[in-house]
Amino acid sequence: MTDATALLAALDTVRDPELDESVTSLGFVTSCTVSAEGIADVRLRLPTYFCAPNFAFLMVADAYEAVSGVAGVHRAQVVLEDHFASDEINRGVAAQAGFVESFDGLAETELHQLRTDFRRKATLAATDRVCRPLLAAGWTPEELADLTLGDLPEAADVERLRSRRAELGLPSGDDSALLVDVVTGEAIGVQALPLHLRRARLTGVSLQANGSVCRGLLRERYATVGLGEEEETL
Amino acid sequence: MYEKDGEKYFVVDSHMHFWNAAPDNWVPGAEQFADGWINCFHAYQGLGPPETHWTIEHFRSYSEDDLMKDVFQDGYVDVAIFQPTYLKEWYKEGFNTTEKNGALAEKHPGKFIVNTRFDPRDSDLGLKELEDNVARWGSKGLKLYTAEWNNGSRGWTLKDPGAYRFLEKAQELGIKNVHVHKGPTIWPLDKDAFDVSDVDHAATDFPELNFIVEHVGLPRIEDFCFMATQEPNVYAGLSVVIGGLMHARPKFFAKVMGELLFWVGEDKMTFGSDYGIWEPKWQIEGFVDWDYPSDEFSDYPRVTTATKKKILGLNAAKLYGIEVPAEFQLPADAGAPAAQDDAALVDLNEGAGAKV
Repeated sequence: MTDATALLAALDTVRDPELDESVTSLGFVTSCTVSAEGIADVRLRLPTYFCAPNFAFLMVADAYEAVSGVAGVHRAQVVLEDHFASDEINRGVAAQAGFVESFDGLAETELHQLRTDFRRKATLAATDRVCRPLLAAGWTPEELADLTLGDLPEAADVERLRSRRAELGLPSGDDSALLVDVVTGEAIGVQALPLHLRRARLTGVSLQANGSVCRGLLRERYATVGLGEEEETL
Repeated sequence: MYEKDGEKYFVVDSHMHFWNAAPDNWVPGAEQFADGWINCFHAYQGLGPPETHWTIEHFRSYSEDDLMKDVFQDGYVDVAIFQPTYLKEWYKEGFNTTEKNGALAEKHPGKFIVNTRFDPRDSDLGLKELEDNVARWGSKGLKLYTAEWNNGSRGWTLKDPGAYRFLEKAQELGIKNVHVHKGPTIWPLDKDAFDVSDVDHAATDFPELNFIVEHVGLPRIEDFCFMATQEPNVYAGLSVVIGGLMHARPKFFAKVMGELLFWVGEDKMTFGSDYGIWEPKWQIEGFVDWDYPSDEFSDYPRVTTATKKKILGLNAAKLYGIEVPAEFQLPADAGAPAAQDDAALVDLNEGAGAKV
């Protein structure tokens, strides 16, 4: 029999596309159960009633897919609670309807481009996580330009960078450059490097600050701790 | 006016409100949105110091006396700039209209500047309303909320041809400053509603107007900062940054301030309390006392007394032509602008630890 631990592990892989953090660690999962018949039920919440509906839809749809893929789950129900577009999102995801159909007349295309744009931001932020310690340790930007991913020791932040790049179809193997353009995958030249690193830092600060505000608002909104919720790492 | 350690600060609160979100102002059938909106704002207030929190009842509709006391008597503000947000699909008389603000301003001459707004989806009637409002209240600025719901549409962008018609009209009417506030929805809904690239377009095409992006484009500071470096007429409105981060998230406040000073520069940042979300008093006191918390931030531009004087009032006074008495002005040689070139690439070169 499938247990809730397996469901929660699946939900761990679902990320808030704007913040690039898992919905569990952000405290967005309030309940997750599976019945003896293999019916999974997941309840999600967000920091505000008015969180952007497109990103909310992606999280609910991704959660649905992740939970449905757990061995022993025959049917999944994912419910976003306390949100202005809960009805449209929950109904649309349950029917596997896609975004355009779920928001009849209010949307033009599915959310692939939106997701890609935010994976690029996530990749830039992940680049900053890897590069900042190197720079602090005395590496020059020019030296970084010569590094490949394989030159770096195994570390969580390096793994994160590789996985974000792989999701975008960017080179992520040992022999690919550490610093690449997040759209084209081309290595960043020495001249463009300082600006690239500054943008990576800025993007990292933005994502972290947003995540921090979201956690603060969630705390104001709900007194309860989410399943798998983790304190922010400052 | 705020005074600390012998320094005098002229304070312009460039982003504040006088709203009515009491249940008797909720549109029947839209109560959940009216309630959801004000609860969301109230949660933001929770990010300020506990002793400044209000009950939800008080928060929904504070009085004229509350505002005058919080903003001017206790809050050090010299001039406050009203920024309206209508939301008439949710609030019967509107959430916070030009008229409501203007009526209060007329009772207190010299204290307020009354900005108005437009919604390009209102078409010809909207143009007429804009013209009337500017004539009636002498508005020099606009507040544009792009996520407003209007007749089935969930928002708009400054790139829309309809919006350009309104911006042209506004300019013709003598409007100088356009405060842009992004929200969670847009048309079509599949786009990023917080995207500020439309401001980039408008700022290029309307070089005579100043565009103040409120809450510095949060949650898209990265896009905002990059855009602001390219447009001389784009400013960073600090509403939400000080109120939402300085107390609750001091480390991120320092990082965000550092990035803003680096990319945008101290000459183009303006203080806004976002009252009634947060009272100005603690924000001003805290900001004047503020500095980066540690050496970790040494690669960001320095923050001086001149920086703070500019941000708290002098920059906005310039934008709105507010006369600032000599005692608050900076000496001629003070406060060279902290801009990008100032921020050396120290972070890229300093340190000498072990390499990988």
